[in-house]
Amino acid sequence: MPLVRLREPLKRLAGERSEHVIEGGSVGELLRELERAHPAAKGWILDERGELRQHLNVFVNGEPSQQDARVEANDRVDVVPAISGG
Amino acid sequence: MSTAMTELMVGTRKGLFVLHGEPGSAFEVTARAFAGDPVEYAVRDPRSGRIFASVTSPFYGPKIFFTDDPEGEWEQAEGVALPEGGDEFLVRVWVIALGDADDTLYAGGDPGVLFESRDGGATFELNRPLLKHPTRPKWQPGAGGLCLHSIVPWPGEPDRVALGISAAGVWLTDDAGATWRRGNEGLVARYVPEDTPADEIALCVHRIHRAATRPERMFLQFHGGVYRSDDAGETWKDIGDGLPSDFGFALALDPADADSAYVIPLIADIDRVTPDGRVRVYETRDAGASWEPRGDGLPQDEAYLTVLREAFDWRGEADTLELYFGATSGTVFGSGDAGASWFEVAAYLPPVHSVSAGG
Repeated sequence: MPLVRLREPLKRLAGERSEHVIEGGSVGELLRELERAHPAAKGWILDERGELRQHLNVFVNGEPSQQDARVEANDRVDVVPAISGG
Repeated sequence: MSTAMTELMVGTRKGLFVLHGEPGSAFEVTARAFAGDPVEYAVRDPRSGRIFASVTSPFYGPKIFFTDDPEGEWEQAEGVALPEGGDEFLVRVWVIALGDADDTLYAGGDPGVLFESRDGGATFELNRPLLKHPTRPKWQPGAGGLCLHSIVPWPGEPDRVALGISAAGVWLTDDAGATWRRGNEGLVARYVPEDTPADEIALCVHRIHRAATRPERMFLQFHGGVYRSDDAGETWKDIGDGLPSDFGFALALDPADADSAYVIPLIADIDRVTPDGRVRVYETRDAGASWEPRGDGLPQDEAYLTVLREAFDWRGEADTLELYFGATSGTVFGSGDAGASWFEVAAYLPPVHSVSAGG
């Protein structure tokens, strides 16, 4: 299954773990499942519309990606703050 | 910390600063929280001692947090979000207000939404009647967004609340938010042609406060115009004559005097700084019939400050009324004598979004 990696403060909200192995076929599915499994993180990554927050970036195996990007079993997904937000 | 000291919650572009001090000299920064994140507003609820802060992380979205100790752990309040699966999302929480009923708090945000808490601020619930108001499709945002920034309870009547939304005008409820009606008669929007249909006019209300001893009286800083209502917000009368400019955001009252109001005029909507390079607070003690400048101790030379709507507050009343305001320059000023003289509370904070006073 794909691996999702988080940094603070998302790591803290997701059970103090930076690495999460999650089942799903797209970036959006992984992020929704992550927020469902860790209610404290709900609304921190995805907004009420289900969209990735504007100043968060997602990388799949190091490549900038969007929510609809497909992911395979051994892919690595990083969720990181964008430089545009600070 | 002595309880006689004044406590200021200063929300800034780069975090919350808690200041303590006594009028007349600079205050001490006793705590900082949410370093690096914009804090729109923060307030201590004197009923519980709890501090609430509205934080808009550019990365993780708007949240309300609360704590009993600003240097300790903060807990996220629940329910501060729009319904899932819709077309809109919560952009920012502009203000947190104490309700008249025990354990009741309100929060106002963009896009023109109201949240209510009945459990002392641990959980909030979205006011659906305002969200689903049939006129909402015609509401227009101001420069800062569609912001619900003024929440004005009625002392002793918890079902009666007035709201200010930029730029959707004044809204009134007499049934605890089950229904809402406009309260805009008399407000004149000089920024649209005079023959614009009333329901097409975006009414850019900047700030509203209610007189504590005469609750049917309210004062309102408009986007060009200072107004007073003597009938609980049903109608408004322009009282801006005598001010160097009737544009501005900040507004304060003396709770002991229903004829009192303080405003901080800015030049105009196209130039939102203090006129003539002078920082002056204007005071009325006759319900707006006349205004007097109060600038003793404030910068009077080459001072072009912007004071935002939530950045002016007060503590106490009458002769010992304390007034505090902060500017986007990062300076906070205070007065311990109802505006007769002023001192510098803090000089070098990040841009100030809001000030709330307690102690």
